[in-house]
Amino acid sequence: MRVEQLAVFLENKSGRLAEITQVIAEKNVNIRAMSVADTADYGILRLIVDQTETARAALKENGFTVSTADVLAVETPDRVGGLARILKIIEEAGLNVEYMYAFVNKSGNNAVMIFRFDQMDAAIAALREAGCRLLSGDEIRQM
Amino acid sequence: MYWQRDFECMPRAEIEALQLARLQKTLQRVAAHVPFYRNAFAALKLDAGAVKTLDDIQRFPFTLKQDLRDNYPYGLFAVPLREVVRVHSSSGTTGIATVVGYTRNDIVTWSDLVARILCGAGVTPDDVVQIAFGYGLFTGGFGLHYGCERLGASVIPISAGNTRRQIQIMQDFKTTALVCTPSYALKLADVMMDMGINPNGLSLRVGLFGAEPWSEAMRQELNARLGIRATDNYGLSEVMGPGVAGECEECNGQHINEDHFLVEILDPETLQPVAPGEIGEIVITTLTKEAFPVIRYRSRDLARLLPEPCACGRTFKRITRLLGRSDDMLIIKGVNVFPTQIESSLFAIEGTEPHYRLIVDRENNEDKLTVMVEVNESIFSDSMKTQKTLIDAIRQGLASDLGVGVTVKLVEEKTLERFEGKASRVIDNRKF
Repeated sequence: MRVEQLAVFLENKSGRLAEITQVIAEKNVNIRAMSVADTADYGILRLIVDQTETARAALKENGFTVSTADVLAVETPDRVGGLARILKIIEEAGLNVEYMYAFVNKSGNNAVMIFRFDQMDAAIAALREAGCRLLSGDEIRQM
Repeated sequence: MYWQRDFECMPRAEIEALQLARLQKTLQRVAAHVPFYRNAFAALKLDAGAVKTLDDIQRFPFTLKQDLRDNYPYGLFAVPLREVVRVHSSSGTTGIATVVGYTRNDIVTWSDLVARILCGAGVTPDDVVQIAFGYGLFTGGFGLHYGCERLGASVIPISAGNTRRQIQIMQDFKTTALVCTPSYALKLADVMMDMGINPNGLSLRVGLFGAEPWSEAMRQELNARLGIRATDNYGLSEVMGPGVAGECEECNGQHINEDHFLVEILDPETLQPVAPGEIGEIVITTLTKEAFPVIRYRSRDLARLLPEPCACGRTFKRITRLLGRSDDMLIIKGVNVFPTQIESSLFAIEGTEPHYRLIVDRENNEDKLTVMVEVNESIFSDSMKTQKTLIDAIRQGLASDLGVGVTVKLVEEKTLERFEGKASRVIDNRKF
């Protein structure tokens, strides 16, 4: 139920983001979702792509520092209070969100949110218990 | 104003005769009491008793900082520990500290030599001296303290730090003489402005600055902003601490206390004497130290000898202000920092690689050290919190090993230039 995500270290200098997307595009890899967390000095680019291993190898080959981590893709009703409900489940389970970002495409009528929790297994259990649907890596790649 | 006029104004021929007699005695003492020197002399078949002229010193081997480390802590002491009344240690990490000792006589000598420097700078028993050097293992605080008391001035042993309190006390206690690093004196001037205190309203009139390189431009700025006469003085803990050389009121070069130190200025590459007046490395042999004599200690400090007589009447030769280093040591806020320390500190943090770059800046008269460290897979995290924790750990490790605060900046992998041999990993942007 976990989705593999790539993270790339970004020094804050112009053109780096463009280079990364170029490297990935040359390998015919499609970016499905992304977010950037930044400080004054550096940033962390997080990516979900349709061919994780190809993208990872290409980035490393081009000198980028890449790490992989598992995240959860949670289907969220696309209406007022949809995200609030999910966050409440997490809070009640005593868990914390390390980071989250939105997926571009919709899953049917639902939005998809990407989450990284401090305790991933506990989060999976809590979300399932509450009837939330988690999307698999294959589903995400094919969306 | 002299403290020991008979020595400070001694005719040159007499100074040199005194130096030779004291050199002969020192060489014989270290050969008799310090195995390191005995073995080093024996290896070169040198007879400590056969020295006939001051130039004979050139046949003797050098003592390096590494020799002090190799004999840590007490291996180079020439007296039993029972006779040592004080121990100091050079700034630097615990792993590579150097230790020096003083007998009761050494402390008296040291106090007199510092009193000479103070006197030369124009300090009198009527002065109130604020010592803003750190007290502790560093020789600066205690060295100046004992010299001031010897001279009879009133000492405020405030030690380093807490700038606003320094200024408050300077104002309330009517400090007339300030002892600190020149950059800290500028910092004090800045903070005075922030506090709305006009330096002209204070009693300050003279400054004794040392422990880091500075320039004539900085002197002019200090004189103008603080309304003082800023003087330079030189010393190093391996040799004694402050009191090796200092400026008189002419403010044109530092008189070496030649009756206690034999100074050579050598080409750091060939290790031969440079032509008089040329830049070279200061190499010092102590002539009267009891607990910790050193023979031909390579200071790594660069300066020029000023052979001309000085208008003040002292006959001791002068050296210029420090003009640089013959190694890669940096002086950050008065603390000695070797780039290799950064390497070993980074090694101690799991996952980091010893690829780094040091950038030294001076912002608002304060030194700022930035260490650029390359990121790699083992220290990179997708979580910002984990990443920040790691950077903090590197920063704290470096600060504790170096004894000075640093900023750590993570940079992309393999973007720092790789060096072979003597690496130049330092970018020093400071203008003194």
